[in-house]
Amino acid sequence: MQQLLLYPLLFQLFLSIFLMFFWKKIDAQKIISIVGGFIAVFLSGVLFYTVWNSGIQTVQAASWEAPYGITFVADTLSATLVLLTSIAGLAVSFFSSASVIPARLRFGYFPIYHFLLLGLTGAFLTGDIFNLYVWFEIIIISSFVLITLGGEKAQIEGAVKYFTLNILASIIFLTAIAVLYGLAGSLNMADLATIIPQLENRKLVEVAAILFLVGFGIKSAVFPLYFWLPASYHTPPSAVAAIFGGLLTKVGVYALIRIFSLIFLDDVFLDDILLVVAVLTIFSGAIGSLVQKNVRKIFSYLIICHIGFMIAGLGMGTEIAFAGMVFYLIHDIMVKTNLFMVSGLIYRIKGTNNVRLLGDLYANFPKLSLLMFIPLLSVIGVPPFSGFWPKVSLIIASLNEKNYVIMGAIIFGSLLTLIIIARLWSNVFWKKGEDLPKRDHFLYFQKMNRLKKFQFLAPIILLAGVSLYIGFGAEHMQQLSNRIASELIDNTQYIEAVMPQNN
Amino acid sequence: MEFLLAIITGLLYAAGLYMMLRRSLVKLIIGLIIISNGANLLIFLLGRITKGHPPIIPGDSKIFTEIYADPVPQALILTAIVISFGLQSFAIILIKRAYQVVKTDDLDEMNTIEEDYK
Repeated sequence: MQQLLLYPLLFQLFLSIFLMFFWKKIDAQKIISIVGGFIAVFLSGVLFYTVWNSGIQTVQAASWEAPYGITFVADTLSATLVLLTSIAGLAVSFFSSASVIPARLRFGYFPIYHFLLLGLTGAFLTGDIFNLYVWFEIIIISSFVLITLGGEKAQIEGAVKYFTLNILASIIFLTAIAVLYGLAGSLNMADLATIIPQLENRKLVEVAAILFLVGFGIKSAVFPLYFWLPASYHTPPSAVAAIFGGLLTKVGVYALIRIFSLIFLDDVFLDDILLVVAVLTIFSGAIGSLVQKNVRKIFSYLIICHIGFMIAGLGMGTEIAFAGMVFYLIHDIMVKTNLFMVSGLIYRIKGTNNVRLLGDLYANFPKLSLLMFIPLLSVIGVPPFSGFWPKVSLIIASLNEKNYVIMGAIIFGSLLTLIIIARLWSNVFWKKGEDLPKRDHFLYFQKMNRLKKFQFLAPIILLAGVSLYIGFGAEHMQQLSNRIASELIDNTQYIEAVMPQNN
Repeated sequence: MEFLLAIITGLLYAAGLYMMLRRSLVKLIIGLIIISNGANLLIFLLGRITKGHPPIIPGDSKIFTEIYADPVPQALILTAIVISFGLQSFAIILIKRAYQVVKTDDLDEMNTIEEDYK
């Protein structure tokens, strides 16, 4: 059972290759993808259970002792994120099987989708910085295919921006690795964590840190580097946007957390940069969201706004701030995936995502509207829904630090989120909608058969249920995030688990 | 040798960035290719260049007896080259497709306001 932590990874690889044997048989692909999703949730659940009970798990690839081989590490943060990835992956598999049109599915949608999940799982589990680069490349190349699949004009335009900035981010990341290797002569993150603090050349260490910050900053869409996100996330099918919005920016945040809690520590200059970036990200995301008229663009800007909350937690760097940040990360993955699926559902009901044209959903679909209300309330953070509790931790942390600017920014961001969602609710659900001409060749939700309706609603119900659990079972989540925070603050546990021979 | 490589790396980064700042799509891709070559050279350079000492242990001894070239940077560069080759071929296909769909090479004209309801 020692290779337990590789199972979620290898399973996704197996699944994507297996799916290729059914290239043109899309019905078979749908079933395999959904069944595979359940198995992936089970495997990641087992991994999470093991890590929770018996501490950090490591695997040295080919039994090459760290720091010479590639190490895979599952600490509580990684195991939690792998579990969340598999849950979101299952939901989006379900959702894709109903919402993505067959013309797209026929060009290998599901195999590529599972390659994306493979990349995400790998990025969360690896303990080697160059290996992290390779997983990032797997993620972006599969996301390029998913974002361009279908080849509509808007999609291609979005894809050009998306892909240019992502490749640039990868090159900056590679440059940072080069500088770091030149400085420390190692690529293993645990080994780097012991070497970097002893280096004399602090200026060059800071340069490497800034390069990492810029590289991962582009990927996680922080303040000056976020423009590619709202330019591209509204173009692909909503199922693709769901997995992008839920997980792709969060993997950038995860990499930032890993790098800045393990390798580059106690650097006042960097913490200040992170805090400034966090405040500006919250402001620009919230204000950008305010002026948008497309449901998916509103959600895209909300992603940026809420990335700022997590960066703020990272910048404060205290244990309680880390706990809030991790809790927010857990909540955000579930809610943002769900929000984009909700936008897909709205699109299927009315045939548009334009706020001006939408309306009277509540009058026609009261039960569905209440279902969609759950993720909307969670993203605002109305107590006791899931967004509320991490903000409490973050605000307490900023009070302890006497950092009132951060506190103000978090309150401002939450308030604007409330205004945006309230306006969205009254525009989309309450307002009297316009009579839209019926579209030809467009499968409206109302005309679907029961099975398709179930495929549409099941993932939204599943993720809404998880959000409700995060909100109402906040005690468990708080326990989990406290444990992750203590592991992040005290990095000796991580280092000892990877390199036991040092002590 | 290091000095020369440092100059070349700097030039590649500068040329790549300059090309990326142009408005043409083709120049954008050329810029990306140049800058990723610069990154590969940088890894090579920062991995310390050791001339004439391959990392091979002589047959009659069990350990390295003198200084040897670090093989890791070369493995890294090889990986990075293969990955960037894949990305760049995708990029070239994408800009061809973009040119066919949008009918322009100018990045500034790639901002069609989407008509949401056709």
